[in-house]
Amino acid sequence: MSDLGRVVVLAGGLSHEREVSVRSGRQVAEALIAVGVDVELMDADTTLVPSLASERPAVVFPTLHGAAGEDGAIRQVLELLGVPYVGARPAACRIAFDKPCAKAAVSAVGIPTPRSVSLPHTTFRDLGAGRVLDAIVAKLRLPVFVKPARGGSALGASVVRNASELPEAMVACYAYGDTALIEQYVDGVEVAVSVLDTGSGPVALPVVEIAPEHGVYDYRARYSAGATQFHVPARLAPEPAGAATDIAIRAHEALGLRDISRTDLIVDDSGIPWFLEVNVAPGMTETSLLPIAAAAADIDLGVLCRDLLQVAASRPAI
Amino acid sequence: MAASEIRALFAMAARPEVVSLAGGMPHLAALPMDAVADVIGELVRQDGATALQYGSGQGHPVLREQICTVMSLEGIDAHADEVVVTVGSQQALDLVTRVFIDPGDVIIAEAPSYVGALGTFSAYQADVVQVPMDDAGLVPELLRETIASVQASGRRAKFLYTVPNFHNPAGVSLALERRTEILEICRGAGLLVLEDNPYGLLGFDSDPVPALRSQDADNVVYLGSFSKTFAPGFRVGWALAPLGVREKLVLASEAAVLCPPSFSQLAVSRYLETQPWQQQIKVYQELYRERRDALLDALAELMPAGTTWTKPTGGFYVWMTLPAGLNAKAMLPRAITGRVAYVPGTAFYADGSGAPSLRLSYCYPPPSRIREGVRRLADVLAEELDLRRTFGATGTHAQPAGRRALVGTGERGSAYPDAPPESEVGLGLVDSAPGPSGSRQAAGANSDLAGFTVSGEHHE
Repeated sequence: MSDLGRVVVLAGGLSHEREVSVRSGRQVAEALIAVGVDVELMDADTTLVPSLASERPAVVFPTLHGAAGEDGAIRQVLELLGVPYVGARPAACRIAFDKPCAKAAVSAVGIPTPRSVSLPHTTFRDLGAGRVLDAIVAKLRLPVFVKPARGGSALGASVVRNASELPEAMVACYAYGDTALIEQYVDGVEVAVSVLDTGSGPVALPVVEIAPEHGVYDYRARYSAGATQFHVPARLAPEPAGAATDIAIRAHEALGLRDISRTDLIVDDSGIPWFLEVNVAPGMTETSLLPIAAAAADIDLGVLCRDLLQVAASRPAI
Repeated sequence: MAASEIRALFAMAARPEVVSLAGGMPHLAALPMDAVADVIGELVRQDGATALQYGSGQGHPVLREQICTVMSLEGIDAHADEVVVTVGSQQALDLVTRVFIDPGDVIIAEAPSYVGALGTFSAYQADVVQVPMDDAGLVPELLRETIASVQASGRRAKFLYTVPNFHNPAGVSLALERRTEILEICRGAGLLVLEDNPYGLLGFDSDPVPALRSQDADNVVYLGSFSKTFAPGFRVGWALAPLGVREKLVLASEAAVLCPPSFSQLAVSRYLETQPWQQQIKVYQELYRERRDALLDALAELMPAGTTWTKPTGGFYVWMTLPAGLNAKAMLPRAITGRVAYVPGTAFYADGSGAPSLRLSYCYPPPSRIREGVRRLADVLAEELDLRRTFGATGTHAQPAGRRALVGTGERGSAYPDAPPESEVGLGLVDSAPGPSGSRQAAGANSDLAGFTVSGEHHE
């Protein structure tokens, strides 16, 4: 039995990614139980605060995806309650979860990220959608990637290759949130690099290459077993693979992240990795990238999560 | 949006924070649970050795006789030997499909059609061809046309799948005067009729209408269920089928499940024998009538112009069609954020159409929650209309020429009376812009609807 004491894995929540979060939480909880940790799964709803207050856990492992889980809000509440947790602090989460802000922050330290614009629906409404979209296309050139500025799992995201598809892509995107990120589409190899810090500085796991069966890494490709092939390590030359790893660690540091993160990148045909986004609560499902990378590095997920919990539990209270 | 994305969104719909107008769960709180507990307790004490044992593949004989009594309420004269008890009528659907369908065979169904049936048909690789309905149910001449076009393509339809009463999801019923004609068309075309009737006894305004099976014992396979009139947890349904079909259904059922659960069958049987089950159905009818009224009143008060909906006289569902240009599937994430859930119309079409419509269920939430759900839905629609006004309608309402729709009204005009002129410049948006072109589209789509009842109305 671990000497951590009672650990709460937070999963579910009231976001569009609830289903993914439930799967992530279950997988983390099972991995922790297998290495002797006393785990309780909890949802992030109206029962959470009374439960945490009445029987305070030693430490919390948040596996909440989407808003509230990744924008720092729930972590802020954990700090209010004085409960230690794994992962980045609220202020860092707020910036990392907001893709335009995260892109600006990493760009400021010299990390390449595709050119983009980020606009709320009201701008298009007030200024006229046609004119603004025309200006965006003139600047970025097609194809572009349209996605919600905040959110994950590719929900509301689409590639637009023809101008006529753009309005529909915008509508689909705004169904998930008020602000859209329209990003220059970079053709290349999609990779993800997970970064862990179990007390001796951030370390990257092997680069995972994502090869969706149907070419697009959408929601179905992400969470259906067998719908995507993963290559670990990625089939990249040493130089771009090293550059991708370096970017993930630098992004982790530049954004002030803590314990765990995953950076998603595209390596273009000339071998340049482009930063797309970073996740402060990476997916932990059976088809998620961080567990795949950990397995490739021969790191047991339960041991890994337990180590992260130990680091969090030993931090001085805020 | 992929199907799995919709499933992901429904993970939220089950949360109590969300008003779910999506699920079709009966309101079991209306059951006298103490009495049901007594029935089950007595069953185990007095007849446990039978109830917990294997049973007949065709189903328990006493229950089959009682099922005949239930069916007599809808004019069906049947013998217990003709009944095959199944694990819910869903299993009967599966068995009939298994017996009749080879991959590529055609099944004709209503448009829209029950999502659970479409799932079964898809699992057996049937090619589902859907026939539009109007407010009086399946349209005979369109059924004729569809059969002819299937035949002209060198294929043969095996059966017509129909939910004639209080349709799921459409909320309409097949008009009495059409029933004989539909049966004649099918008989003439050598097409079996699969009559799925889970809601027939849950009418609000009149006695049950005669089942299709009551008019044609040789060419109709009738599916019934206790899920809505008693409780779905027992999983007891049945098929009433002509001899040749029945024997195959029994063999197929034995291969699948050996026998339907004895415990559930005897529990239902004892309930029918000892409890005022017809009175309970009246309790359900009143409960669902009150909820239907709550939903229709709230829709009339709160829905924006251009929205239409059916007015069911029984059952669980209202079928709503959104103002021109809106897409119920694309709008679902916004609805979930707004803490209200529905089922997008695309679930009820085999070919992925149906995006302009959605299904609202009034069976489960109490009236106050239904009203709150509609209020939230109205906000969601207002936001989505605002967005469509900005980016242009997508023309999802366009109907194929000469086709009729379930419901529709063009009288309320475009939902975008004040489209900004900017929408018409750049990016080739003119064709899909709101305003004048959107209005033309709506008028064009509905020009074939003359003479149809408009069963959902805006409050203006």
